[in-house]
Amino acid sequence: MRGLPTAAVLLAVFTGSLALAQGDGRRSGYRDMSPALQKMQDDDTANPAMLFVQAGETLWNEKAGTAGKSCADCHNDATVSMKGVAARYPAVAAETGKPVDLEGRINLCRTNRQQAPALPAESDDLLALSAYIALQSRGELIAPPNDVQLAALRTKGAEIYKQRQGQLNLSCANCHDDNPEKKLAGATIPQGHPTGYPIYRLEWQALGSLKRRLRNCVVGMRAEAWPYEATEYLALESYLMERARGMVMDAPGVRP
Amino acid sequence: MANVLVNAPKTAKKGQVVEIKALIMHVMETGYRPGTNGRIIPRNIIQDFSATWNGREIFRMKMSPAIAANPFVSFSAVANESGTIAFRWSGDEGFLAEHQVAITVT
Repeated sequence: MRGLPTAAVLLAVFTGSLALAQGDGRRSGYRDMSPALQKMQDDDTANPAMLFVQAGETLWNEKAGTAGKSCADCHNDATVSMKGVAARYPAVAAETGKPVDLEGRINLCRTNRQQAPALPAESDDLLALSAYIALQSRGELIAPPNDVQLAALRTKGAEIYKQRQGQLNLSCANCHDDNPEKKLAGATIPQGHPTGYPIYRLEWQALGSLKRRLRNCVVGMRAEAWPYEATEYLALESYLMERARGMVMDAPGVRP
Repeated sequence: MANVLVNAPKTAKKGQVVEIKALIMHVMETGYRPGTNGRIIPRNIIQDFSATWNGREIFRMKMSPAIAANPFVSFSAVANESGTIAFRWSGDEGFLAEHQVAITVT
């Protein structure tokens, strides 16, 4: 029995080194942060995103809507049922047959199963629930599902990613494919792998979704950001998750 | 109910210096920012944070609008006796949060 914990530690060290260097040149944004910020993310009592995780755990067990059901009533223990789930989204929702991201999936459960109003985009409750669910995928490999609809969405996402836009006439690829690890003003440009979402971004002083991050970049290009419900985000999210396939999830992340 | 995360050791040797970390969810609105309607958003910050060990104060801090949202405070104390470490945050708009952890000193 003594050997078991050692094996677990070895495995942790192994997955840890996987996160550090992917071997194929892909780097999580975690790698481009200062050691101080990495420590902040690694310590669950210093990572401010864990405050939202705590709130998310409460929401998970709280009954909502006219159906009077909580998430736990169907999904039981999130540490078991939600393991690896965030690493697979966006995915096709069974009841609508359409692709949704994790936030969309939470809201589908709310409207269909709990008979509760959908949570607004970037609301504290939606972020808290997604952070709690994403935490269950920490250390899991990003594994987007195979699906025709998702493949089409990824192709669309790849097009948007390479499309120059805005007054600065930049594409996502101009920074994140052509110039990663270089500086944009004082900040290091990451490769743009969505391994840690939702992230606690110090600049925001708040937790935010991948959509908020994408909007931020689009505004930075001086282009007009799509509304939150736009399929462009879903396409980009699907493409980025496919691009990060096999990378280790480190959610909920801290980013500068 | 305020959302608090405290990290303090559960046990310590007598005379040992222990590190105590406290994180709390709070907007720390500065009172200098205009809202979407152009009016200044009223200041809403934690003004005072303190920690006591069995009722005796071991740490106190005055907070200002320059401190970021969800303030994280780390400090150290000498472990002398078993008991309770109590934390208290108070601030604008009647904000009050309290949290306690137990520690055994041998």
